[in-house]
Amino acid sequence: MSFLQVQDLAKRYGATTVFERVDFTIERGEFVCIIGHSGCGKTTILNILAGLDTPSAGTLIMDNREVAGPSLERGVVFQGHALMPWLTAMSNIAFAVRSRWPHWNRIQVQTHCQKLIDMVGLTGAEHKRPAELSGGMKQRVGIARAFAIQPKMLLLDEPFGALDALTRGTIQDELLRICEATRQTVFMITHDVDEAILLADRILLMSNGPNACVAEIVENPIPKPRDRHSIHHNPHYYRVRNHLVDFLVNRSKRYQSGELGNRGQAPISAKIVNLRH
Amino acid sequence: MSGKAQSLAAGALSLLFLGVFLAIWHIATAPKAQVQAPADEYAKLLGKGAKKSAGLPTPEQLAEAALTHLKDPLYDRGSNDKGIGIQLAHSLARVGAGYALAILFAVPFGFLIGMSPILYRALNPFIQLMKPISPLAWMPIALYTIKDSSISGVFVIFICSVWPMLINTAFGVASVRRDWLDVTRTLEVKPLRKAFAVILPAAAPTIVTGMRISIGIAWLVIVAAEMLVGGTGIGYFVWNEWNNLNLTNVIFAILVIGVVGMILDFLIGRLQAAVTYVE
Repeated sequence: MSFLQVQDLAKRYGATTVFERVDFTIERGEFVCIIGHSGCGKTTILNILAGLDTPSAGTLIMDNREVAGPSLERGVVFQGHALMPWLTAMSNIAFAVRSRWPHWNRIQVQTHCQKLIDMVGLTGAEHKRPAELSGGMKQRVGIARAFAIQPKMLLLDEPFGALDALTRGTIQDELLRICEATRQTVFMITHDVDEAILLADRILLMSNGPNACVAEIVENPIPKPRDRHSIHHNPHYYRVRNHLVDFLVNRSKRYQSGELGNRGQAPISAKIVNLRH
Repeated sequence: MSGKAQSLAAGALSLLFLGVFLAIWHIATAPKAQVQAPADEYAKLLGKGAKKSAGLPTPEQLAEAALTHLKDPLYDRGSNDKGIGIQLAHSLARVGAGYALAILFAVPFGFLIGMSPILYRALNPFIQLMKPISPLAWMPIALYTIKDSSISGVFVIFICSVWPMLINTAFGVASVRRDWLDVTRTLEVKPLRKAFAVILPAAAPTIVTGMRISIGIAWLVIVAAEMLVGGTGIGYFVWNEWNNLNLTNVIFAILVIGVVGMILDFLIGRLQAAVTYVE
């Protein structure tokens, strides 16, 4: 049985269906990215996984337990970092640590926080407030806060969307390294095809909304460990990249209109794409 | 112009304005050449022979009066002759008591209103109705029910301080960013910790802004309230000196009211700076 099972998930607002028949699984230690155009309901799916939102239909089982409401078992990195501006970087992380281990004393909390600050490369900026940090540093604090509670699963909502390309590359490398070291299970929203190929084991492709669904699940043929500087030399790289870009510019609309896929049959089974051959 | 040079120039300009103002004042109030009094008897009847100056004082007379008051601010020679320090202490005690009661009521209650959108909308019409009422309009009701003029003064301060704080607290709490609340939800933060560790610091700048508006209003109102109820306080002092036709003391009291109001605002301003955060 898979670690996370999403079965026949749907979200409707009145007569409008944002997405329906969303079905996928995530294995323990797997890194899954979800790509789709704005309005297809990616963030809603992530919020449902986090327990912050409720689905209109469908079930969600993580580690043999149904997901009902938010929990310390799932750490969330928010799109807008969501750091508390009146706390320092260290205190923001400590806030999460104290929530996870309320009985810890000050020294235990401090030691644990320092470890995370060092891990995301913020040593020296512990006592700065968010307003004094750059966008990249703020997002690092957000990542450290999510990792700090040692969640069973990490949910990232387009965490690097607002960063410049250079900073984004550095933080991607760090996230890759940390996830490989900790064998963290990750579900991440992204708009960036290259980011998905670099980080993900599998990539979920969502058709356009309304009435969106997970149309294809692409298995990343490039073996780990992957390196940002040499990944484009891999013989599979351009086939995967072209497949993903083609989906975004072309097939995402055709899935929505019913031209592709098996619309009308519930639950829809996403086409599994293996580009190894 | 650099920041330092600019503040130097502004300071110099302030001094210049003060100088011009004092000069005009001096010229306007300078004693005119005395018209020869018709008869000493008559002058005595009019009180002209007395040393007490009538009309507006010159700056020098005001400075002299101020010095006398400040030299001995705490004397007490019966109910109509108390030092300026004692009068101020009475006013500050009333404002302090009414204002503290208003904080104790408005902050927790505003918190509850802010947490509940239904309560917020249900109570809003009442608050909007009560807010524009002059606090002095409550005075007869306060005097009738409380039957004590001093406590009635405290009540009037309470009623005028409470609305800005209540409205600002409710608004601040209601508009805490959703992101921060989502963070507390994913971290399974207990309600009490959420209230004190997240909502309170997030709403603190708005709450303290309400407190700053309130202290300003309270200090305006106490003068009028004390004129009305009498007995003690800086407002009563002003009214008493008006009855004595001593405008020098009235002007001195006006200056003191201004300085104390400025200090009160400065103190809350410091608190405001301490709780304000940059996003």
